[in-house]
Amino acid sequence: MATTNALPTRKSRRMTRTNVLQFVLRGRAFIALILVVGYFAITLWPQFLSVGNIEIVSKHVAQNALLAIGMTFVILTGGIDLSVGSIVGLTAMIAGMLINKGIIIPALGVVLYPSVWMIVVISVAIATLFGAINGFVITRFNVAPFIATLGMMYIARGFAGLLNNGYTFANLVGRPELHNTGFEKLGAGELLGINYSIWIMIVFALVAWFITTRTPFGRHVYAIGGNERSAELSGVRVKRTKLLVYMISGFCAAFVGLIIASQLVAAHPATGNTFELNAIAAVVLGGTSLAGGRGSIGGTIIGAFVIGVLGDGLVMSNVSSFWQMVIKGAVIVLAVIIDQVQARMQARIALLQQQEMG
Amino acid sequence: MTQQDTTTPSAPSSPFSDPVVLRAENITKVYPGTVALDNVNFNVYRGKVNVLIGENGAGKSTLMKILAGVEQPTSGHIFLEEKEIHVRDILAAAAQGIGIIFQEMSLCPNLSVAENIYLAREVKQRGLTIDRKFQKEHTRELIQHLEQDIDPDALVSDLRIGQQQIVEIARALAQDVRILIMDEPTSALSTAEVAVLFRVINELKAEGVSIIYISHKLDELLQIGDFVTILRDGKLVETARAADISVAWIIEKMVGKNPASLFARTEQYVGEVLMRVEDLTLPRAGGGFVVDHVSFNLHAGEILGLYGLMGAGRSDVVDCLAGIRPEATGKVWINDQPVLGTTVSERIGSGIVLVPEDRQREGLVQPMSVHDNILLASLKSYMSGFFLAPGKEKEAVQEMVKRLSIRVANVNQPITSLSGGNQQKCVVAKALLTTPKVLMLDEPTRGIDVGAKSEIFEITTRLAQQGYGVIFISTELKEVLTMSDRILVMSKGAITGEFSRQEATEEKLVAASAVGHGLAGTTEPHGATTNNGHN
Repeated sequence: MATTNALPTRKSRRMTRTNVLQFVLRGRAFIALILVVGYFAITLWPQFLSVGNIEIVSKHVAQNALLAIGMTFVILTGGIDLSVGSIVGLTAMIAGMLINKGIIIPALGVVLYPSVWMIVVISVAIATLFGAINGFVITRFNVAPFIATLGMMYIARGFAGLLNNGYTFANLVGRPELHNTGFEKLGAGELLGINYSIWIMIVFALVAWFITTRTPFGRHVYAIGGNERSAELSGVRVKRTKLLVYMISGFCAAFVGLIIASQLVAAHPATGNTFELNAIAAVVLGGTSLAGGRGSIGGTIIGAFVIGVLGDGLVMSNVSSFWQMVIKGAVIVLAVIIDQVQARMQARIALLQQQEMG
Repeated sequence: MTQQDTTTPSAPSSPFSDPVVLRAENITKVYPGTVALDNVNFNVYRGKVNVLIGENGAGKSTLMKILAGVEQPTSGHIFLEEKEIHVRDILAAAAQGIGIIFQEMSLCPNLSVAENIYLAREVKQRGLTIDRKFQKEHTRELIQHLEQDIDPDALVSDLRIGQQQIVEIARALAQDVRILIMDEPTSALSTAEVAVLFRVINELKAEGVSIIYISHKLDELLQIGDFVTILRDGKLVETARAADISVAWIIEKMVGKNPASLFARTEQYVGEVLMRVEDLTLPRAGGGFVVDHVSFNLHAGEILGLYGLMGAGRSDVVDCLAGIRPEATGKVWINDQPVLGTTVSERIGSGIVLVPEDRQREGLVQPMSVHDNILLASLKSYMSGFFLAPGKEKEAVQEMVKRLSIRVANVNQPITSLSGGNQQKCVVAKALLTTPKVLMLDEPTRGIDVGAKSEIFEITTRLAQQGYGVIFISTELKEVLTMSDRILVMSKGAITGEFSRQEATEEKLVAASAVGHGLAGTTEPHGATTNNGHN
């Protein structure tokens, strides 16, 4: 018995060490964020932590975070949405067209110029419809999400180009006599000194967090990603849930398109090119499993901030854009490696605790 | 079966004089949530069938995985021929001559039979390309040896599950093994196929191969085993010669309970007609019917047993009723109200709920917690406004945990950390929270241990007493006979017999289940039937 008396203290010390490591690994996205911010805060002192810069970075993050929020829903079901970047471009172009050209109704020979509010509603509705088409193709025809949304990526980008033959809609300020001014406020406007796009991100993140954690729909999203067949046999309407998930993704992408078009006061058909990859990276960095069923909105937001801060920080540090790509890529892969390490670690810690107890 | 009492072996390490080929010493394995093995000493006797038995979660499979190098022990040593070995992975085990047939099928469905048998051990021509001809011929020989008629080029996904198990066995035989671990090799085999397997096991024994054999089928164990080792809660309870013990002794050691109390059910009150099914039909792709114009009534408080051979359509009947097969036709009434909805969620809304046959694939959402799994089918009942109310959720879960005595430390634990029996209880809990009228249990006792089985029986009986209509499906004749107030027997998609509790006997059920099959069941391949019952 003498030897066993000595054991617990040694074990519990080991426990605390593993506890710390566990804490570090679990909060890795957050810690990565602190490290990245800390690094640039020191190397780029003082301008990196200036109010102006924080706002610029947050504005950049907001765009990616919005896409990533929608993408989180999709990935939680075990799907993927490659079309969001193109839908960003398409929405921007639709908004641009509605402001500069209006809706031409040939039968009546009139041109309708919708107000800015109507423009937002129409372009968001169309983007959501494109998401719904994704979901429809995936659920009714059993097309793999990768393929269905890859197709939509081309289709939406093609439409974006067609709307103005590949040209930009410039100077989207509207005309007072048409009562369609004010579009630029969406990107430039502020509430309590904070840019609208950041507010939109905050609201979307909170709503998405509530949906994923506190509604049957959210629970169903996780269940489908975890075991689609079981979910179906439990009475979860799998097809409807999946359809909604792609609609949410399109809906989020629409706001990104509007924000960008508004900030630039112009809509270019290539807007949002490859944005889908940044969004996926943010989701994965935030600890959501590409296989579905595991992950969180909170993680995604942190993931988006890591990518955003890293990107802007590297630009400000005058790192060549090629090195930026190398670093970003390495960070993403590293994140997934740590994810795997953490999963194994967690299992081992549970074992230790088990041994402690019995 | 012998009925003598046991002579308890005295020394714990090697109580028998027979030579030991493999010795596992003080093996401990800890998983999150459980101590799977606790200081287990296990001897494998040379050229014998060493049977390992215990309830689910007793640690049998874990011990085998450790011996086969699939898992590493938390502590302990393994000695092969008195030399300590370290089996880091399955290839290292194979190099030592240890082969394993896994409990879960481990075949690649997209590859052919021959490709599966030689997977990772491909025979090469000039060290480069695969010698397909050689592999095919040897596969054919192996399959013939197992008295089967399976084309070596057939895709594994095209085989029925019993044939897949045969391929799994053939794969183990293709290796040169001196110790062969068989983890529930007969779970999907017909009687004739089991007889062939036992013949092969006896041949292997004659060649000096030591067998470790795991199964839940107790009489089968005494038939084939030489030594029987019993595990309970990760601890070794006892090892005895098979000749010295009986089924009753095994059950007693396994659960520590008197087995007579396990399968007992008293007569009970049966109420009004609860569900009426008329002309339920499910066409088979390519002609004929999977479910052939089936009509029956189910009463409140009744346990209706559904018996039939594999492929007789019993699972398909409940699948149709549950709304899983949208192409099914037929009429269903509950309390004289027609059930119109055809989807799963609509059927659940009407009060018809299914506990599916395949717990892992169809019953559980693995990454989710016990809490979330139990609530999955009834989330709408636990909301306030637009949002879920955590308090209400928790209350409902706690009540179910208590009502079904689900053994779980914390309901936020992952569902995968529970034993099979407790997982099954969670699936039943999920079904009950939908406030059903008709509860359909498709093989609820499959792959769970004797103790959990009797608990599931108790729960089922209690539910019937509370007025639920219960449809109970099992391949085990004894289970159907003990549980049911009334039994419907199916064959080839049609109902071929109906028996009250008093009328039903094993013979009658078997006879009715073979209607339209001639003498042998369709599930049994013709080549094997001649060997039936002679081992």
